[in-house]
Amino acid sequence: MLHPIPHAYRSGIPLVEVNGLSCGYDKQKVLDKVDLQVMQGDFVGLLGPSGSGKTTLLRSMLGAVDVYEGEVLVDGVGVSQKRPRIGYVPQLETIDWNFPVTVREVVMMGRTMENRLFPWFRREEKELADRMMEQLGILHLAGRHIRELSGGQQQRAFLTRALVSSPSLLLLDEPTSGVDVKTRDDVMHLLHDLNHEGVTIVITTHEINAVAVHLPWLAVLHSDNGAGRVLAEGPPSQVITSEILYQTYGADMPVIHYEGMPIVAESPHRYGRNVGDGEDRTISGHSHTHA
Amino acid sequence: MLVMGKIEQSQGTVILMLEVLLEPFSYPFMLRGMAAAVLAGALCGGIGVYVVLKRMAYVGHGLAHAVLGGAVVSYVMSLNFLVGSTIWGFLCAQLITLTTKKRKIAYDAAIGVITTASFAVGIVLISRYKSFTRDFETALFGNIVGVTSGDLAALAVVTGVVALVLFVAYKHFLFTTFDGDVAQFYGVPTGWVEAMFSLVLAGTIVVSLQVLGVLLIAGATVIPPVSARMLTDSFPRMLMLSAGIGAVCGFLGIYLSYFVDVSSGATIVLVEAGVFAVVMAYSNLSSRLATVRRREPRSAQTVSPADAGSARGSEPVKTEGD
Repeated sequence: MLHPIPHAYRSGIPLVEVNGLSCGYDKQKVLDKVDLQVMQGDFVGLLGPSGSGKTTLLRSMLGAVDVYEGEVLVDGVGVSQKRPRIGYVPQLETIDWNFPVTVREVVMMGRTMENRLFPWFRREEKELADRMMEQLGILHLAGRHIRELSGGQQQRAFLTRALVSSPSLLLLDEPTSGVDVKTRDDVMHLLHDLNHEGVTIVITTHEINAVAVHLPWLAVLHSDNGAGRVLAEGPPSQVITSEILYQTYGADMPVIHYEGMPIVAESPHRYGRNVGDGEDRTISGHSHTHA
Repeated sequence: MLVMGKIEQSQGTVILMLEVLLEPFSYPFMLRGMAAAVLAGALCGGIGVYVVLKRMAYVGHGLAHAVLGGAVVSYVMSLNFLVGSTIWGFLCAQLITLTTKKRKIAYDAAIGVITTASFAVGIVLISRYKSFTRDFETALFGNIVGVTSGDLAALAVVTGVVALVLFVAYKHFLFTTFDGDVAQFYGVPTGWVEAMFSLVLAGTIVVSLQVLGVLLIAGATVIPPVSARMLTDSFPRMLMLSAGIGAVCGFLGIYLSYFVDVSSGATIVLVEAGVFAVVMAYSNLSSRLATVRRREPRSAQTVSPADAGSARGSEPVKTEGD
């Protein structure tokens, strides 16, 4: 999983600036006074429990939430004023896999707004799409229906759609959810490769050991009474600690270190003790502390 | 001599049969009706692709009902039927969209509320004025014999406009239909696209009413697209196929209804249903054949369905998964 090339230090030039942002949908606040900076060339993971506002924070960078307070700047411009060039990859679960489209048709969707007065795509655009598909290794699948692809190939197809509009920022919502271990590994390697080529990436995830600890920078979100906040920010070695995880998930999660990398070790579940979600886990966590 | 006579006789039968078969074409009202049925079939089939893929199959059914309200209102207010009903239908579609913005109300429920209310407005006005019972029946079941050249012209104009809109904004419509949320993130003005679609759909329904009627129009917007979907995995091909099936069934339906002397709208929908059944049977059969073929060479198990490459070659895989 570890990428062969180490990450560069943060460039110091901000690409995304989230300043005191309170936002949500239908007058319901999801994020409360969130501050976050994504530098050019960064690869940032948004980590947190379900409902903490990870996806909302991602959507705020697309200008797709109701802003009540604060602002989101991409390239120094407010997302409400001018749509930034952003590539977005949705969760694979949200895709309608019965829709009659081929891989090439999906990829070309990324160019919809480039020559908006032409009903058809230009030859340069098609060539660009072919080059991108080749780079991501799915050119031979271009004529296939999207459902015939494997999970990793599907993720690549939607990633290519995001890349053909030459975005300055790439946003991915849970890129590794619902795929097997090998595919997850492939997708993460691909993202690291793209990042090393200079693409700035922000993803949401709730896989700590498999995804989050391999990223150079993390922002941990926590929701308190329905208002999500950024609890901690930094490289995994600083952010993945028992204290922060306890504040985030409300559960005791022991952290061990392996080759300099933090790993969350699950405390053994004893048979007969009801260890499920939410409150139950908290109880087991406490019993662990007392033990 | 005897042989010659037989030939002459059989020639006579052929000519007689031809005369019978060509008879419908000798009446101007039938020609107008056929042209109208072909156009309405293609129009509903084309628009229906978006309707079905958006998973709002019942919006056609609902809007047709809603348009009846609009038709009666424009009659009472002595407005032009086409313009009045189209605007009414468009407003109903917008209301449906607005209602679904409230997250607690699902799309099908919103269709039920808005369009039935609009239909009821029509019924109330009809029962109040009582002067147009005859037109009412036409509105419900369609009356292809009564297609005027004005109706035909309206159909032709709307078909042209719809084809133009779908062509010019092809990319935008495709992305918005596939995934409206994400299309918005990519800067596609999905609000405009949706509004344009509502307008185009309302216009389609209004001009097709004369041919198919309120109660049958849903068949023409749903059956050709789902039949086409079973035959292809490609969006543009589905669009062409669906419009084609609609047009052919429109023609066949009215042609048959001339001989059997039954309601033309219903015949068109029945022919479409027949096509659907045949396509369904074909697709079941071919997927079963593909399964058999896949089982035989065990080594090529994973490769064989995909190897064909083209959408048609891979079709059995798709139907199997359904």
